[in-house]
Amino acid sequence: MPYLYNTPDDQAAMLAAIGADSIDALFDSIPGELKLDRPLAIPPALGELELEQHIRDLAGRNLNASSSVSFLGGGSYDHFIPAAVDAIASRSEFYTSYTPYQAEVAQGNLQAIFEYQSLITRLTGLDVSNSSLYDGGSATAEAVLMAVDVTKRRGRVVLAASLHPEYRQTIATYLANLGVDVVTVGASSGTVDVAELAAEVNDQTACVVLQHPNFFGCLEDAETMAQVAHDAGAVMIGVFDPISLGLLKRPGDWGADIAVAEGQSLGTSMSYGGPVLGILACKESLVRRLPGRLVGQTTDRRGKDCFVLTMQTREQHIRREKSTSNVCTNQALFALRATAFLSLVGPRGLRDLANLCLQKSHYLAQQLDGTSRFELAFAAPTFKEFVVRDKENAIEALVADAATEGYLAGIPLGGWYPHLADCMLVCVTEKRTKAEIDALVDVLQTGAAKAAADELIQAGI
Amino acid sequence: MENTRDTKLIFDLSRSGCRGAVLPKCDVPESDVASLLPAGALAEAPPALPEVTEPQVIRHFVNLSKQNMSVDTHFYPLGSCTMKYNPKRNERAAAMPGFAEVHPYQPEETAQGMLEMLFEMQEILKEISCMDACSLQPAAGAHGELTALLVAAAYFRDMGEDRKTVLVPDNAHGTNPASAAMAGFESVTVKTDVDGGVCMDDFRAKLDDSIAVFMITNPNTVGIFEPNMREIADAVHERGGLIYLDGANMNAILGITRPGDFGADMQHYNPHKTFSGPHGGGGPGAGPICVVDKLAPYLPGPVVEMDAGVRGPDSAASAHYSLATPQKSIGKVRAFFSNTGVLLRAYCYIRTHGPEGLRAVSENAVLNANYLLARIRHILPVPQGDRCMHEFVASASKLKSDKGISAMDIAKRLLDFGFHAPTVYFPMTVKESIMIEPTETESKDTLDAFVETLFRITEEDAEFLQNAPHTTAISRPNEVAAARNPCLACG
Repeated sequence: MPYLYNTPDDQAAMLAAIGADSIDALFDSIPGELKLDRPLAIPPALGELELEQHIRDLAGRNLNASSSVSFLGGGSYDHFIPAAVDAIASRSEFYTSYTPYQAEVAQGNLQAIFEYQSLITRLTGLDVSNSSLYDGGSATAEAVLMAVDVTKRRGRVVLAASLHPEYRQTIATYLANLGVDVVTVGASSGTVDVAELAAEVNDQTACVVLQHPNFFGCLEDAETMAQVAHDAGAVMIGVFDPISLGLLKRPGDWGADIAVAEGQSLGTSMSYGGPVLGILACKESLVRRLPGRLVGQTTDRRGKDCFVLTMQTREQHIRREKSTSNVCTNQALFALRATAFLSLVGPRGLRDLANLCLQKSHYLAQQLDGTSRFELAFAAPTFKEFVVRDKENAIEALVADAATEGYLAGIPLGGWYPHLADCMLVCVTEKRTKAEIDALVDVLQTGAAKAAADELIQAGI
Repeated sequence: MENTRDTKLIFDLSRSGCRGAVLPKCDVPESDVASLLPAGALAEAPPALPEVTEPQVIRHFVNLSKQNMSVDTHFYPLGSCTMKYNPKRNERAAAMPGFAEVHPYQPEETAQGMLEMLFEMQEILKEISCMDACSLQPAAGAHGELTALLVAAAYFRDMGEDRKTVLVPDNAHGTNPASAAMAGFESVTVKTDVDGGVCMDDFRAKLDDSIAVFMITNPNTVGIFEPNMREIADAVHERGGLIYLDGANMNAILGITRPGDFGADMQHYNPHKTFSGPHGGGGPGAGPICVVDKLAPYLPGPVVEMDAGVRGPDSAASAHYSLATPQKSIGKVRAFFSNTGVLLRAYCYIRTHGPEGLRAVSENAVLNANYLLARIRHILPVPQGDRCMHEFVASASKLKSDKGISAMDIAKRLLDFGFHAPTVYFPMTVKESIMIEPTETESKDTLDAFVETLFRITEEDAEFLQNAPHTTAISRPNEVAAARNPCLACG
């Protein structure tokens, strides 16, 4: 085995020191009838070269953002990752270390997380950020639990239908046994209607959860929604796209009390949806209810400035069933990546990045809207994603055909939104060139023509 | 050698006008932003991020990295965390665009290699567990606990049974009771005996028909195989309850005994411990769970299925894989499929070892731990006896009362000698606890050096130890002040 040191001589010497006859004897505390009397039925060992060949074979059967032209979004984005981000995260002093419980030998991790927390507060316009959670979906569910706890309202939580469907599902799963109702307010025109929302928010509402820009890419009237929530004494939870903040008002500035996000866009690869980065920031008044680890600045016994894990009395290893959350392992390595990413792009870079996404997505939206086959589903302003309708209702076939041409064209929406079965969600990041965008429009039209022809054939015409 | 200029806060390195990344020019016809987005939604200026160049960013973070201990640089015997070597071939695999750049919502037909790997992982984990079904969705061990408890709750609801209690031994990880509370259960603590096993009298006194789940860690957190495992499982099952295995300590039993064989109905894995995923300074991990047949319909979706009748006689490449949501699924516990990148590393690790190799991992992990135990118990008492599984818990209690030397003092002084500290003050059932887990990827020489250092430390002057470490850049941060007046971000 490539990673084991002990030679037979070592083993013999160690067994002698232990006073055991054999390695098997070390397992005598396990009753014989509970032991497995055969080898595990798993595939045989592979050498490094064979393993790499096998993994390459598997990888080769996955279309990916390098081997195709991707217009997929929906919470996982093909943004550019500067090489410097990879170089930093590949330092094994970062990635092979553990949670920084021993501050003296973990100042690198602790300072990086402190910088991350600082960057997230600047990004969100809120007072405090934790050191990361699993992903945007579970971070949103944690934010909802915070709101239920701080308001002591166990009546309902109100979600926008334009909130990521998997985030809504996650919230519902987390709340299934806690006696809190989940009420969803429709977004049939692409955004939530303020009056409709106000009708559902009452004095037993713990929070309102709004994504802005929302799952469809549309901008919501976030400021007014926050007012509605606050008027009822509910917590306003804003789900944001970090890249959008190069142009848009920060969640803290439009009235969010807690802001959560999927931080994958900030220098982490998509990896089929995980591992990614859950961002959660809140107002100072909610900090004692914050889930997850926090790093604070302090001084050491000689008076030197340093960093340390702090406010641990909120956490499971101290408070057990009374902790604010069960979270232990987090996503520190991606908090590091986000810190490096945000440092590299800086304020102007983030603005340029947001503008490129905005301009390019609008260009594609216009091109598609100008065809006879497609139209934009919603009139609301959009940031980097938009919903497009296929007037001939053959989205699944279009997407499949485009994939065979090397284009990941969009995400069909019918599985989550039956009334949008003829629609797909399309995303354009800074990585897409005009040539690629124009080519997609061609592919979709050829594909559309082909799909129509197939249908005619199937119908026997 | 130390460079403190470049490790100032990144904000203090900022100089107006510097940039670390320049984006391409816009190649589509550009419209005025104000014509595309409503004025009320726009920020006056972008957020106040630092303005630094790429070389500055690199020098800053590379110097910060040098302030960390890590598995690649030091022995890291952190009990309960399984800080084993993180193979480089796994990192190379995870960085391949065919895995790293796959989108979670791309058509299944375009991700067959990914789905095959995930399907194989489900099969492998089921076999190691001796269980019938697997969900790869949870993002970490604690998340796996929560997910499994939500599955249990859904199962009992479906059976029309109102069971509200989860039993947790007092030496369990804090995540166990925390997960129980999050899932809507009442967590009840069961005492453990001096030998570290569940106190059977207390267990019997607390066992009744309201028990939904007994969460047990086996081998437990003091590193022993639960002496009454079968009896506990039978008693819980007789009352209609379920056994949950906290799989944090799977590194001791791979291919030796299987949780399903000793009565567990569900378990999570920590692939970032057992299967060598790097800890990343705190994460990411993953927390896949396995369950017995009757719980399978409630697992979160989707799971990967191999479509029947398609797999060729000699080639997996001809098989076809798809995603499906179990019939009575609890729903989702996160967005997207899973922490796939962590699972891929675990898959590489498992494929590198094969069945004999995985068994050898556990054998050597247990051998290394017992060797350390045999040598250390002459220096520090080990209350739970003279044998262990993959880890053991020593106590500085006597040193503390005799000389005023605490577990923390020993931990801090070890840092001076280039050893990461063991886990201290957990489990809380052992006074002045020092929890040591060497893992299998360390040599006898390293273990010997560790023991000799530990011995030397216990002979040192108490006051000197109370001020340790002495050679690190900082020493003993003021944690009380940090918590009392939190400074959690720079202004």
